[in-house]
Amino acid sequence: MNTSVTNTARLLGAGLRALLVLTLVTGVVYPLVVTGIAQALFPGRANGSEIRADGRVVGSSLIGQPYDLPPAKGQQAPRPDLKWFQGRPANGLGANSVNTRYHLILSGATNLAADSKALLQQVRDAKAAVVRDNSVPGYTVEPSDVPADAVTSSGSGLDPDISPAYAALQTHRVAAENRLPLARVRQLVEDHTTGRTLGFLGEPRVNVLELNTALKDLAAKG
Amino acid sequence: MGPVTAGVLQLLALIGALALVHLPAGAYMARVYSSPRHLRVEKWLYRGIGADPDAQMTWPAYLRAVLAFSAVGVLLLYLLQRLQGVLPGSLGFSSVDPAQSFNTAVSFVTNTNWQSYYGEQTMGHVVQTAGLAVQNFVSAAVGMAVAVALVRGFARSRTGELGNFWADLVRGTLRILVPVAALAAVVLVACGAIQNFSGIHEVGQFMGGSQQWNGGAVASQEAIKELGTNGGGYFNANSAHPFENPTPFSNLLEIFLILVIPFSLTRTFGLMVGNVRQGYAILSTMATIWVGFVALMMWTEFAHHGPALQAAGAAMEGKEVRFGVGGSSLFAVSTTLTSTGAVDSFHSSFTGLGGGIAMLGMMLGEIAPGGTGSGLYGMLIMAVIAVFIAGLMVGRTPEYLGKKIGGREMKLAACYLLVTPTLVLVCTAASMALPTPPHSMLNSGAHGFSEILYAFTSAANNNGSAFAGLNADTDWFNTMTGLAMLLGRFLPMVFVLALAGSLARQQPVPVTAGTLRTEKPLFAGLLVGAILIITGLTYFPALALGPLAEGLA
Repeated sequence: MNTSVTNTARLLGAGLRALLVLTLVTGVVYPLVVTGIAQALFPGRANGSEIRADGRVVGSSLIGQPYDLPPAKGQQAPRPDLKWFQGRPANGLGANSVNTRYHLILSGATNLAADSKALLQQVRDAKAAVVRDNSVPGYTVEPSDVPADAVTSSGSGLDPDISPAYAALQTHRVAAENRLPLARVRQLVEDHTTGRTLGFLGEPRVNVLELNTALKDLAAKG
Repeated sequence: MGPVTAGVLQLLALIGALALVHLPAGAYMARVYSSPRHLRVEKWLYRGIGADPDAQMTWPAYLRAVLAFSAVGVLLLYLLQRLQGVLPGSLGFSSVDPAQSFNTAVSFVTNTNWQSYYGEQTMGHVVQTAGLAVQNFVSAAVGMAVAVALVRGFARSRTGELGNFWADLVRGTLRILVPVAALAAVVLVACGAIQNFSGIHEVGQFMGGSQQWNGGAVASQEAIKELGTNGGGYFNANSAHPFENPTPFSNLLEIFLILVIPFSLTRTFGLMVGNVRQGYAILSTMATIWVGFVALMMWTEFAHHGPALQAAGAAMEGKEVRFGVGGSSLFAVSTTLTSTGAVDSFHSSFTGLGGGIAMLGMMLGEIAPGGTGSGLYGMLIMAVIAVFIAGLMVGRTPEYLGKKIGGREMKLAACYLLVTPTLVLVCTAASMALPTPPHSMLNSGAHGFSEILYAFTSAANNNGSAFAGLNADTDWFNTMTGLAMLLGRFLPMVFVLALAGSLARQQPVPVTAGTLRTEKPLFAGLLVGAILIITGLTYFPALALGPLAEGLA
């Protein structure tokens, strides 16, 4: 009995020491070395790919953000600022519920099922809003023209991109709201469209923050 | 080029890369686990541990070392979370409550990485890098060690010796996981994954004002999260979060990292048993199932059945634009056919059948190609069973790799096979029968049942992905998934190591004209059939109530 207790204690001691030395290697040396290399070689990317405009940081090219009007009195739901290109819905985003002295955004998806009535309603509402917001005199959006990414929430809720189809659909509205010629807005979208990497990786996309930053420049120049 | 073609080309590129890399990688790993020489840094570590790396262990000794190391791992990770509130470098985050700490500690030590917490608001720098990321490394190294012990059981004869656990653990970590992870982490940073210790800081927004962001050692954790088939995300959105998985290239790289060790270990196995063609048979079995599942997943996701997806026009709910349906399907299958559980898109919003395919992938026992190490030993157990079935058909004593599969071996293999289905089905049934657990469901009907079935399938098979609508942060789910993870990881290891011990003692039987040729395509076909039939018979009733009911509605 005594020997088996001693043996177990000895074994647990070896386990503890093994964990501690491996923690030193994989939990201290490894992350510090990687951080050192990352900060030396790619400081911009290692720190979040921030974009600057007008002398201030306006966000990260990798993280989607809302382009909403300041909330009006007595209104709950934020209204999109139609001057700017809009990103995807983000119904899965949350606000932090622990350690609440911070105001953190919790990334996430809706997790609603393909046969969920709530999701069906979200998609229908989003589609109606896209049709309503983007139909301008001389250009009517048909519900069948609305691409899927415009009416579905992304996995992270922070998708920085929209499909080229959704960007194209918004050009009429954006041109009208900013009093810019349609052709120039279209050209802007084309300049900010990224194709598939190496021709086959991923999907073609338009980065909304980069597009809006360029749009702001264009609108300022008039 | 259409999205379907692009998806297929990504699959082909991945197959090409794996085919190219698995030969040198498999040979390298065989050398790592067979070499008599120790690196200088390893000698220091052995001195620190106080273990003789050259002392051979019998199977009970090897098992005791595995269990002792893992028990200490659970305890330390539990304490780290409980003490987070007073530890420096924790961003001022408070300590994690006991049930969630237990669940998370077990989850990371068992290579499951089920997460009932939100990473960005719960875990500070210290717990993430010195706790969770460490277990990402060592839990993977433990899996590989146990797999190598089983391979030695086949390769050795008339001995009780299965190698030394401490040497296998240290070598797997130092010579395989750390260098590859470091290289991959730097590439991920080059793509845009973040790697800093800036804590929580304000970042300006386009429309004015600012928002608070988490900084962190994300890329370094992301690399080992995939390479070690762990899957626990730094952020709640896991690999869908742009800071974890910024580009289509990083997406394919992460899928490659998930698959590279499990597929390459078949080469290691072939070399160590002295017959690379046996390795090819195992490899082709794994590859057949994996490619089949990818094809099915792409088919159902591109077809996007289900009222909400039909209304939207494509299955883009829970998916990122940069990955699209093709890249997301490829990731979803690779993560559930291994023990990873990382996600770049949210499985709960997949089509009914797509969610079912993800679940079935885990139910196969995660053997195609499976987790780091656990995939190989799981597949070898299935091979033992397939050999036995073939033996019954022709009326011969079954043998595999020159070792007789007798009563003792079959009992151990059968016990291995029964553990996870028992855990999954009993825990799911209990959760449905009790009054309160079903309140955690987000969706109702068949999909609600699927959420709970998925949770326990994921936990007992040590996967860690979820139908994430389920509110798993309750005492019931924290405790029960915790127990399912523990038993689902370590009971099978007991049977694997016992089997290894019993095989190692045998004298090999010579190959005769009547020997079943287990390196031939016929055997790989038999193996695929045995896996699908056994899993199908076990889980069909449960699948019919959940994903099949939803998918066929």
